[in-house]
Amino acid sequence: MFGYYFQLGLRSLRRNPALTALMVMAIGFGVAASMTTYAVFRAVSGNPIPDRSARLFTPQIDAWGPQQNLKGGEPAEALGYVDAMALMRANEAKRQTLLYPVQLSVIPQGNRDLPLNANGYAVTSDFFAMFEVPFRYGSGWSGQDDAARTADVVISDELDQKLFGGADSVGQTLNLGGHDYRIVGVASHWNPRPRFYDLFSTGGFADEPDIYMVFNRALDLQMRTGGRNSCRGSLSFTTWQEYLQSNCVWITPWVELDSSVDVAGYRRFLTNYAAEQQHAGRFNWAPNVRLRDVMQWMDQEQVVPPESRISLAVALGFFVICLVNTIGLLLAKFMRRAGEIGVRRALGATRGEIYAQYLIEAGTVGLTGGLVGLLLTAVGVGGVSVLFRPEIAKLARLDPSLVALTLAVAIVATVMAAFYPAWRAAHVQPAWQLKSS
Amino acid sequence: MKLHPMIAALRRHKAGVVLIALQIALTLAIVCNAVFIIGQRIERVNRPTGLVEDNLMLVSQGWVGAPSGDQPGDVEKLDSLLQADLAALRAMPDVESVVPINSLPLLNSSWTGSVALKPGSDLRAGNARSVYYFGDEHLLKTLGLKLVAGRGFTAADVQNRGFRDSGTPAVIIVTKALADKLYPKGDALGKAIYLDGGSSPSTIIGEVERLQAPATGSWVNGFLWNATIEPFRLNANFSRYAIRTRPGRLQAVMHAVPNVLYGVSRMRVLDDDSVKSFAQIRQEAYRSDVGMAVLMGVVCLILLGVTAAGIVGLTSFWVGQRHRQIGVRRALGARKIDILHYFQMENLLISGAGAVIGLGLAIGLNMLLMKRFEMDRLPVLYVLAGIVAVMALGQGAVFAPARRASNVPPVVATRSV
Repeated sequence: MFGYYFQLGLRSLRRNPALTALMVMAIGFGVAASMTTYAVFRAVSGNPIPDRSARLFTPQIDAWGPQQNLKGGEPAEALGYVDAMALMRANEAKRQTLLYPVQLSVIPQGNRDLPLNANGYAVTSDFFAMFEVPFRYGSGWSGQDDAARTADVVISDELDQKLFGGADSVGQTLNLGGHDYRIVGVASHWNPRPRFYDLFSTGGFADEPDIYMVFNRALDLQMRTGGRNSCRGSLSFTTWQEYLQSNCVWITPWVELDSSVDVAGYRRFLTNYAAEQQHAGRFNWAPNVRLRDVMQWMDQEQVVPPESRISLAVALGFFVICLVNTIGLLLAKFMRRAGEIGVRRALGATRGEIYAQYLIEAGTVGLTGGLVGLLLTAVGVGGVSVLFRPEIAKLARLDPSLVALTLAVAIVATVMAAFYPAWRAAHVQPAWQLKSS
Repeated sequence: MKLHPMIAALRRHKAGVVLIALQIALTLAIVCNAVFIIGQRIERVNRPTGLVEDNLMLVSQGWVGAPSGDQPGDVEKLDSLLQADLAALRAMPDVESVVPINSLPLLNSSWTGSVALKPGSDLRAGNARSVYYFGDEHLLKTLGLKLVAGRGFTAADVQNRGFRDSGTPAVIIVTKALADKLYPKGDALGKAIYLDGGSSPSTIIGEVERLQAPATGSWVNGFLWNATIEPFRLNANFSRYAIRTRPGRLQAVMHAVPNVLYGVSRMRVLDDDSVKSFAQIRQEAYRSDVGMAVLMGVVCLILLGVTAAGIVGLTSFWVGQRHRQIGVRRALGARKIDILHYFQMENLLISGAGAVIGLGLAIGLNMLLMKRFEMDRLPVLYVLAGIVAVMALGQGAVFAPARRASNVPPVVATRSV
């Protein structure tokens, strides 16, 4: 029976072409608008590291005090040198890393005669294991290398392509900003979005980093952060040492904690640390610390751009109006055939069968609308670059899951919209209809 | 025309009436808010920066292997690199003037701080926050800023400043907005103020009419027009040059600049983003605003179209259903115009009811947006205009079916279908 009703549905699409076209277009536009904005929203609000996000935490310690910290008494979004180093030395977590962005340039060698930009991060050895950085060749460096402040560097696949034509460059020497570094690893393409590990400087969306270097080495070279630096009060430092001791924040710390017991333990450690600092007179306020995991941190830093939320809300509202419109049009379409329904009922069709027939017919309308919507979504996804920055816009893609979702939403929504018209159709009085015609 | 029989008739089509009213209400709510958002974005994008934006461009570049600026003697080395670049750029034939500068309006790269009337006083509280621009004596001319009082910098005023230095200059130029904030009586010229809670005074030697902050985000809204210009050549391992070209020669200069700079030294990084016209900077800064306005505009248009189409569809259906009744009315003496008016009046009733509900929804939606997205309050004018618009839309949509209804001949009444 399903097949037959489906055929009837297809045939009825042709019966009132204007009315049908109206419905199909309404559903198509509604679905396309919702799906296009959803594609962007999904890309910017997704979990960038699903299997580990609940075990990675970023600690915050208030080194600015209640007069100068952020809205709502929030501590700064990053750490200064003093606190970052204290956390590292305490070594209270299973794994921990410190990081800050660096901007370097590759000095010309061999047949290249112009320098290249090389942006990346100064990180400690646990970075690669904590964030599951995939390697094409070689690996990261060890904790001993951190301590020995070696000039090791991990480069991206892309930089390897540019400099070595994609060959295994482990062991090669690279001159960055006038200093030689030994390549110990080549990372395969790795650019989690949003860039949860550096929301302080990037806001979540940036091109893939080219290099990762030893944190202590970057400090030795007095490399200033290539990202954000935020200070409070009157600035009086002039030398690098004074800068390190200042209240400026520029380092993002991450720790890996496996169980809720560990998390509670680490939180206690942070509070104790802040209390010690208060006791020592460095802070003259009560401990104010935070420990947030990846998703909480992305939420706190409002990674999802406001235009994405507004456009999603507007698109949903738009879709609702299209559905209300569809209810009205389906009602008109079905009730025009009241006579036909009367005849069928009189010939013995049950209400259930009328329901089935009209819901399936609505489903075919939904399917057609979904196909139109799919085309429009493809256009929309191609056009999101007018609304979002290119690095966000290129995240929106029409992949199989989005195609399936578009069709499913169109069909399900239309069938739901058809419940009331189908109910009216099923309650047509056969006698009344037969009499009046 | 009596409304009573019309309302009685509408009772027989409850579902259709409710659907049309609901659709009108939702359309009104969304269109009002969307048009309001469009209006706000357009206003934002159209505010002038204070610069003369034509024939203006920016070069951002970094030196490779240059000193970091932290060691003694670094500033001198960096300054000689900067001076060499400036000399080469100023010697270009189509270039009118060049200024080394730390940032430009809409560039989203900010130096911020606060100014106060007393030394060492805290800053953020008084909300005399300010953005800082650093440049030499060519700044006003290159950017095309309008000096409303005092004088511009001379070569003697200009000093060097390392990237992380925190020295304060002896003389500064401020925007009129900042001057009026500090000295509401308008006598700021010649007064000394203190930057960043410091203890050494800086004298205001000039006021410019208008200069926008580099940032476009909402965090800068409190001090968007408070700018302080300091006579510094910023010496870091990168530099930015704002260049004013001769009229119509912008493209030529943009094309020629990389080679001129590489001619000075090849040890530098210039990439695709290094040379930008101010028009490009403006476009990038307001991309999401313009995009949002376009999106809202498209959504509004489609929405109005869908709603109108829905009204046409349902009304046509009603006309079909009432074919005989219309015939009977005509046979009993109703004129064509009476039938037309009947359907128009009916639509006016329904969309009126919808508009009343929509009024509530529009305000509700606006409050929701205000709470969640820092929107402003929707002015009543927008809602009133929206109501007029949806009523007109309803009338426009109903006209064709109503015309068809009025053309039903009286003879239909005598036919038994």
